[in-house]
Amino acid sequence: MVTAAKSDQSAGGGRALPLDRYRMLQAALFSLRAGPALILLLLIIAVGLTTPVFLTSRNVGNVFSQTSVIAVLALGQLLVIVTRGIDLSVGSTIALSGVVGAIVFAHTHSSVLVIAAIVGTGLAVGAANGLIYVYGRVPHPFIVTLATLSIVRGIALWAANGTLISGMPSIVDTIGGGSIHWLPYSIFAVVGLALLCLLGTTRLVWGRWLYAVGGNPEAARRSGIPTRRVLVTVYVLSGLAAGIAGLLTAGLIDAGSPTAGDLAELDSIAAVIIGGAAFAGGRGNVGNALVGAFTIGVIRNALNLHNVDPFYQLMAIGVVVLAAVEADVLRGAIEGRVRVAQAMRST
Amino acid sequence: MTAPVAAKAPPVESGTPVLAIRGAWKRFGAVTALEGVDLDIRCGEVLAVLGDNGAGKSTLIKCLNGVHRFDSGTIEMDGVQVAIHAPADARALGIETVYQDLALFDNLRPTDNFYAGRELAGPSWLPRSLRLLRRRQMTDSTRDVLARLQVTLPDFNAVVGLMSGGQRQAVAVSRAAAFASKVVILDEPTAALGVRESRKVLDLILRLRSENKAVVVISHAMDHVMEVADRAVIMRRGRKVGELIPSAETYTQIVSLIVGGGE
Repeated sequence: MVTAAKSDQSAGGGRALPLDRYRMLQAALFSLRAGPALILLLLIIAVGLTTPVFLTSRNVGNVFSQTSVIAVLALGQLLVIVTRGIDLSVGSTIALSGVVGAIVFAHTHSSVLVIAAIVGTGLAVGAANGLIYVYGRVPHPFIVTLATLSIVRGIALWAANGTLISGMPSIVDTIGGGSIHWLPYSIFAVVGLALLCLLGTTRLVWGRWLYAVGGNPEAARRSGIPTRRVLVTVYVLSGLAAGIAGLLTAGLIDAGSPTAGDLAELDSIAAVIIGGAAFAGGRGNVGNALVGAFTIGVIRNALNLHNVDPFYQLMAIGVVVLAAVEADVLRGAIEGRVRVAQAMRST
Repeated sequence: MTAPVAAKAPPVESGTPVLAIRGAWKRFGAVTALEGVDLDIRCGEVLAVLGDNGAGKSTLIKCLNGVHRFDSGTIEMDGVQVAIHAPADARALGIETVYQDLALFDNLRPTDNFYAGRELAGPSWLPRSLRLLRRRQMTDSTRDVLARLQVTLPDFNAVVGLMSGGQRQAVAVSRAAAFASKVVILDEPTAALGVRESRKVLDLILRLRSENKAVVVISHAMDHVMEVADRAVIMRRGRKVGELIPSAETYTQIVSLIVGGGE
């Protein structure tokens, strides 16, 4: 029996056709995996060659500053999407956390309390999402976060009386809008959070559980992984990301705005998908989220530099999302072929 | 109904059973799934549990791996009575199950599949979810187990979703073997496989036996049972209706016990 297995192996090497096919499929898979990062790189080169202003330090600083909110949201959204979920409430959370921060600032002038209020609001919304979804036994987080999208935006508008509340502590203004030379502080927040996310998803037991729950929830439960707790933490962390994005936004506009972050949830979802994570869950990493966020940021900036009507920006991003989803479909098809090629190879 | 047991099946004796079920009953509402089943499972032996759909095989196995509980009856391991109330209890006792759907994580590599839910990590003063993975250690020991069981994978670092049915089955069986100190239960291990891939899984089952594990195989594939099983237990309508050694001579007898032709 042992020798039979061994001769099978060597016979596989003799058949050139399936092996070449297998190599080809592997190459196709590899290029699909590297695709989003490669496209971003080509985009940067193309825009850089056609638009001299694009790669000046001042404009790069602009891109960073304009993209950091999307990037922070995308990191949180990534965790949610890996577990087959979605968080639609993050845009509204940016508004509410800013408004709460502005109200706290009007009463106390304590920057520590303001920051705690802004970030705490994000955590609270995230905790509500996670707890209602998991313990309320709601079939899909879409409904829960759609509801909180509406509720949270409503509370923000009500609390702010529908208008902007001006004034933020100077430290918040610096974090959200300040820069060292041309590098905005907000990009350091993005880098810091990305590193924490990277640690959590690749080095900690929690990260393994995250991907296990996303890959096969039933098997995760049978393996003794606390799937409910993992799901709750994912929404809490997405809420935290939204709170931090709210902090950056509040600092940028030096105010709490009840209309801030409108449609930001869609940007964050688009970023994760453009970056190459699977909307069906189980697959996606920190790099995907950042690449996706910066692809959106670079496209917007390039169109702005060329004075293209903002309406076209919406269309361009939509087309890129479609392309990314189609690439994901293609990837699924190729993976199916790899499995078949594997079976042929192993006989 | 129980006459064939006494008449034709001299049970194979090889020491005390590692796992013994005595007088197991299980009801689901009006349906009685198990009616007083006794079963011995021994080390270094492949036991086949046979029976038609609804015979009670799956219920029996699910009570062993903690998914269900017997209404009455006892489970003894090495002569000591044990309680299996949850899948974790079964795992702690050294019983691992390979489900028919394999319960693999297609998005993870073999190593991550092996250790899902029982990751090696430290330091121990941290809450479990925040511990750092010992990735090297997990990779090395997974590699060792696969080498020991002579399972060859095309790419050790590829996710399981990119592997063929047979390779996936091999990963699932090896995972069970790696963590089962006593008993490995396989539910229809060759059901979805082609001839050659089935062959490899059967070889793998024999290797588990040679490692002195008790292997329980639930299967409809009679040919495969005849080939690897040392003993066959036949169930019908929640009862054990026969227990004999599979061979060319007993083949028709086993089949008639399964379909109820002995009545």
